[in-house]
Amino acid sequence: MAETAIELVAATRNYGDRVALDNLSLNVPEGSRVAVLGANGAGKTTLLRLLCGLLRPHGGEVEVLGSKLPSEAWAIRGKVGLLAHEPMLYRALTVRENLTHQARLLNVEASRVNDLIGRVGMERRCDEPLRNLSRGMVQRAAAARAVLADPALMLLDEPYANLDPGGAALISPLLEDGRTVLISGHEPRMLLERSNIALGLRDGRAAFFKPSTEVSDSEVEGLYR
Amino acid sequence: MTESPTVHGRGLRRLAFATALTLGTAYSLVFFWTPNEADQGFIQKIFYVHVPLAIVSLCGFMAGGVFGLIQLRTGKRVWDMRSYVAIHLSLMLATAALITGAIWAKASWGHWWVWDEPVLVSFLVVFLLYACYQPLRFSIEDPERQARAASVFAVVAGAFVPLNFAAVRAAVSYTHPRTLGTTTGGMPGSMMLTFLVALLGMSLLFVTLWKFEMTSKNARMRLASVKRRIERDMAAGGTA
Amino acid sequence: MIRDTLALLRKDLLLELRGRESLPAMALLAGTTMVVLHFGLGRNTVSGSIASGALWVTLLFSATLGINRLFVAEQEEGGLDAVLLTPIDRTAILVAKTLTLFIYMTLLEAIVVPAFDLLLLGPPLWPALLQLMGVLALANFGIATVGAVVGAIAVQSRIRDLLAPLLALPLLVPALIASAKSTALLFDASGPSQIPGRWPLILALYALVFGLLGVALYDNLLDD
Repeated sequence: MAETAIELVAATRNYGDRVALDNLSLNVPEGSRVAVLGANGAGKTTLLRLLCGLLRPHGGEVEVLGSKLPSEAWAIRGKVGLLAHEPMLYRALTVRENLTHQARLLNVEASRVNDLIGRVGMERRCDEPLRNLSRGMVQRAAAARAVLADPALMLLDEPYANLDPGGAALISPLLEDGRTVLISGHEPRMLLERSNIALGLRDGRAAFFKPSTEVSDSEVEGLYR
Repeated sequence: MTESPTVHGRGLRRLAFATALTLGTAYSLVFFWTPNEADQGFIQKIFYVHVPLAIVSLCGFMAGGVFGLIQLRTGKRVWDMRSYVAIHLSLMLATAALITGAIWAKASWGHWWVWDEPVLVSFLVVFLLYACYQPLRFSIEDPERQARAASVFAVVAGAFVPLNFAAVRAAVSYTHPRTLGTTTGGMPGSMMLTFLVALLGMSLLFVTLWKFEMTSKNARMRLASVKRRIERDMAAGGTA
Repeated sequence: MIRDTLALLRKDLLLELRGRESLPAMALLAGTTMVVLHFGLGRNTVSGSIASGALWVTLLFSATLGINRLFVAEQEEGGLDAVLLTPIDRTAILVAKTLTLFIYMTLLEAIVVPAFDLLLLGPPLWPALLQLMGVLALANFGIATVGAVVGAIAVQSRIRDLLAPLLALPLLVPALIASAKSTALLFDASGPSQIPGRWPLILALYALVFGLLGVALYDNLLDD
């Protein structure tokens, strides 16, 4: 049986008085591709940030890649990659400088930086400051940053939003192959096609958590009502 | 959040009574018993208000720092509230201390402000620092971050209070040896006793006000959270 | 941990080299302050404690500018999240920022002190130079440790540009007292004298206390 990559038991996270994640329980086996669906404010981003250790749970238990959060959060650093709304790169530096800096912090070989620059198709523009690049290019660089340490778990928050189809086709194998992936977004049909499990969030609770093939259109619509 | 509600209001009435009694005693003593100080006259009696205010507010600031530290350690928001109330009450007392200090300075030395008095000067610096506490808190929207930043500030500022007093004293006494010590040292017994009673009364006042505010804040918070729970249950029930 | 600190420091210095936002602004503000002081004080030259005051006002105003900018890049571009996702020791972030500010202050003083000598200072600087550098180095440590903590607190606020100076300046008063007393002796019209041991001691202790406070509290500022 596959090992568990993520296990949540009644996980809760508040934002002041508002409940962002409400008693969420789920179990994600290793190697799964999970589509995280829900309206804005349903808790998708909060969940992803919780799973990589940037947010700590206010209640319940969270275990990621065998380590309990937040007490063992140090153990998962570098093993979980996050591709979020912000690229998490410095606009004044070049792609190469950004990736080299991040590689130093992650203890990753410098050669991997060159490798990744090639894989995201940025050889020609990797020595220009980020502020000169288009959003699509920045997103590619951000993708390279996210996979630098070859994480076992990838958390993708609306990753293909700024990319053209060519860019998306280039990035997706890099991000998704060979890992457990959670990917959130607003294109339910596309996400359901590319995933094997689907999690539907509504007001911080799990409306459904089941194989993607079993999710009906009405259930998806229910999330957005 | 299922924290067990802490009851701050216990004993509040008794405390308020004790405060009123002590302060009443202290200031009756001030007016009817203690002698007029030789060269400063009647206005010197403001000393019995100013110094207790100053001492209690400084202790309050440091208590706020301790509460902040506990909040950081335990993560329980109730300590953040305790820290907030302690600090903002102390700030009010500190304002009163500065005003009464100015009046006293005018009475003792003829000027509304003197740089020679290290305690007064240190106090001003501490006041300026803590005046930033509320603007800092309320300019951070995320409640988690607000609590945490406020607690870190409370700890740093609380640690700063004694440091600052030591440094200013070192600076001023280097040139002008006139200190609070020489004013309180050599006080006749009657003045010392009255002073201590006044100090006790002021401390009780602080604790009473603190408990009072904690109680009312706590009640308001619990009411709000019950309201929210009802609203959510209604919403969930409605769509089921 | 040292390697991580150096990596972060390198990144900050590289950013400054590229963006050139902090140091030139600090130097410019210092220059302007000295001109304003000249007119404000109504004198051509100053000595003793007035010179000391003029120098420290200039340096502290520029320091608050540096403190303001210290964390802005991280906050605005989400850089801090990226660092938090790596396995580095988080104290390295504090140490790196402290070193960055220390370096900025040192570079600033390399420009400001000669300018000060030229524009405002009456007595000759040369005989006092060695002692002055000692005082400045110690003071810079104090400014840097306080600045790193204040910067981290203030950057989370909407009114960060206002708060950083308002928080930093009172906190810097003890360091200011010790530094100003020292430099007043150095700029005395009749020639510099030996600084009594208590002032450098206060400065060193001050930097140490704030350094320790920072290390103890830093994790709390970064966690969510």
